[in-house]
Amino acid sequence: MESVVLQLRERIAAHAASGKPLAIRGGGSKEFYGGPVRGEALDVRAYAGIVEYQPKELVLTVRAGTPLAEIEAALDAEGQMLPFEPPHFGAGPTSGATIGGTVATGLSGPRRPYAGAVRDFLLGARILDGRGDDLRFGGRVIKNVAGYDVSRLQCGAMGTLGVLLDLSFKTLPKPAAQATLRFEFDEAAAIRKFNEWAGKPLPLSGACWMEGIAMLRLSGATAGVEAARVKLGGEVVEPAAADAFWRDLREQRTAFFQNAGPLWRLSVPQTIAPIAFVEAQCIDWGGALRWLASTEDAKSIRSKVAAVGGHATLFQGGDKSAGVFHPLSPALAQIHRNLKSAFDPHGIFNPGRMDNF
Amino acid sequence: MANKVITDRAMDAGSQPDMNQTRDRLAAALAAVLPPDALLSAREEMRPYECDGLPAFRAVPMLVALPSTVAEVQGVLRAAADLGCKVVARGSGTGLSGGATPLPDGLLLSMAKFHSIVSVDPLARTARVQPGVRNLQISEAVGPLALYYAPDPSSQIACSIGGNVAENSGGVHCLKYGLTVHNILKIEVALAGGAAATIGSDALDAPGYDLLALMTGSEGMLGITTEVTVKLLPKPQLAQVVMASFDDVEKAGEAVANVIGAGIVPAGLEMMDQLATRAVEDFVHAGYDLDAEAILLCESDGTPEEVAEEIAKIEAVMKASGATEIRVSKNEAERLTFWSGRKAAFPAMGRISPDYYCIDGSIPRKALAMVLRRTAEFSEKYGLRCANVFHAGDGNLHPIILYDGNVPGELEKTEEFAAELLELCISVGGTITGEHGVGLEKVNQMCSQFSDKEREMFFAVKRAFDPGMLLNPGKAIPSLHRCAEYGRMHVHAGKLPHPDLPRF
Repeated sequence: MESVVLQLRERIAAHAASGKPLAIRGGGSKEFYGGPVRGEALDVRAYAGIVEYQPKELVLTVRAGTPLAEIEAALDAEGQMLPFEPPHFGAGPTSGATIGGTVATGLSGPRRPYAGAVRDFLLGARILDGRGDDLRFGGRVIKNVAGYDVSRLQCGAMGTLGVLLDLSFKTLPKPAAQATLRFEFDEAAAIRKFNEWAGKPLPLSGACWMEGIAMLRLSGATAGVEAARVKLGGEVVEPAAADAFWRDLREQRTAFFQNAGPLWRLSVPQTIAPIAFVEAQCIDWGGALRWLASTEDAKSIRSKVAAVGGHATLFQGGDKSAGVFHPLSPALAQIHRNLKSAFDPHGIFNPGRMDNF
Repeated sequence: MANKVITDRAMDAGSQPDMNQTRDRLAAALAAVLPPDALLSAREEMRPYECDGLPAFRAVPMLVALPSTVAEVQGVLRAAADLGCKVVARGSGTGLSGGATPLPDGLLLSMAKFHSIVSVDPLARTARVQPGVRNLQISEAVGPLALYYAPDPSSQIACSIGGNVAENSGGVHCLKYGLTVHNILKIEVALAGGAAATIGSDALDAPGYDLLALMTGSEGMLGITTEVTVKLLPKPQLAQVVMASFDDVEKAGEAVANVIGAGIVPAGLEMMDQLATRAVEDFVHAGYDLDAEAILLCESDGTPEEVAEEIAKIEAVMKASGATEIRVSKNEAERLTFWSGRKAAFPAMGRISPDYYCIDGSIPRKALAMVLRRTAEFSEKYGLRCANVFHAGDGNLHPIILYDGNVPGELEKTEEFAAELLELCISVGGTITGEHGVGLEKVNQMCSQFSDKEREMFFAVKRAFDPGMLLNPGKAIPSLHRCAEYGRMHVHAGKLPHPDLPRF
């Protein structure tokens, strides 16, 4: 495997010298996300495989090119999981999604508000910077405060700060029991209920609303899930249908997402009342994530979302020339430029994929 | 707070004329932005600030500023930047690694006057607090709402939330509930030079790079936190703890792995060895099993149904792992009694030894037995007793070396013991600090844990925020020069310590 690293380092060094951009690529399942892809492809899928996984340590170290599906199967065999429930996208369980792309895009699924995001479970990263230097940050232990948290900085950085090599995660046991409850609520009531419930000691692991229907997932100890189910009421969804629902929500395969128009991802404070748009929204993350398929002007969408303390990303489709990611304040944009040039002084990694600084 | 004074290695640089001149100019500039009572310049007034919770390192700063508004903090940073003056921020001063040790040629910026809880949003389960608010103060304030702030470092009664952000503080419950980085949403910061910025957001993520993660644990070197928005969690209805005795430390270590292997994520999982247990029993009378080589405290929290299910599982695992005695707390008072010894471990050491030195290494749990065995060997080799308390669930060791600072050479032996133990942590794939930070204390060991290029990258990250390198310089990240010096001292004949052990 170190020969693969050597080849990657040589390519990076050559591009650092020429200044020609590289488009870091895993399975390409999330290529639609972020600013336009430019540059010569740097395929990292040859750098694959599980380096170390000891379930009793709750720590997994994998190479960035490893398919997400392979990692999930290995964890599943030990009754464990990646708690942030990452979306694969692409075609079903055999989609080419890699763990490197999962970290680079920083996207997390329905469990995120209750368990945490990708960044909350990443413990360490080995990366190649824009000079081709081989660097390790963080580690394989759960508690570690030596040095700045450069590994978490890679989450959601769209590959603009380095080529990811080895990644270590904290894993968790799968819950012993799971149940999904269905309620009929309007949008405002669903948001309020989701937040009220989250303030109670209930084993929540998902809360989604669309088209008048709220779905609530409970995960945890068998007796705890059962007690919560009794307390909450609602209609119990048959387990297979429930699993399919949460998977389809995570993978954006539900009817709501079957729309050719621009799809916006609105990340907002979770208690914010329904935001007025012509088009309906799909609410995930207990109110903190709102999906909107709308052709409304980007500026208008961003200003409505910013007014309530959130930020809007043009997630898929639409006109990317107006910017995919929410603009940064001048002070933060300057820090971003400084960080980018610290990690990638020649500007060769994924230029323009993160387009807000 | 926990450590005793081990020596007074004054870093005072004396009174060179040019430093006096800088101080006078800075004092004049600060007088324009601060009320008169917010600036200390007399030596006696500045004494209380000369060290943090690591009193081995002391220095009297050039001046102490005590601003009470964000505008004043910005003004102070602007004035310092104009004069190229270094700034060290300080919260409650309880840090254990010297992160808030003043610099003799720098300004000490105390955030102690920022002690208000700005607002609480019960529906969103968040609180906006000023950085000088004490950790425990948050949970006390939101307790009536049946909410709490999860990270609970041992010093939570005194430590400030701003300091928690700077150190990424953990606590006894972090295996289940995470560290500071997992429990904050947003910080307001004043950057070097005085500009203000908002990092993170009231949503669950923010556009751009994850600067919130980068700032958390950055030891006051990237910016000064002026407000923190923390997440609040619903208070568990019930907590119960299982106390299990073992006749062998390695068996106890194996039991820890078995609990995790059984799919349980306990709210807390702590180990104490016999020396620690005996010392604390004399102090708190918790009824610990004094014949046990090690005891484990394993807590479950949640709804009564969840706790009952989990406690039964934990008991079964402990039994199967060879526990010689198992007790389950029958009520809240008994639960607190079981914990009292663990929480009193530090003061109890103070009763059995004139001085003690606490280590903060973190290791993969599978290396536990070996590290404990080596620790016992080091203890023999240096002729110093060492008690072990341990956040077993997440692999964070706190060996406490007992010594007498009045015996010539004992402090030096203690430091060598500690250094050797930290090198061992690195060599088994662990880290030199799980939760106390690097500060001044462990800056040399950073040379072993990170390569020259990695440390250079840390400096580049610092420059991205603080191009003038004015915020807490010299802490946490050692220079190449310093590492070269350290290497000469500790690498013999080109060999790393413990060449027989795999590194990473």
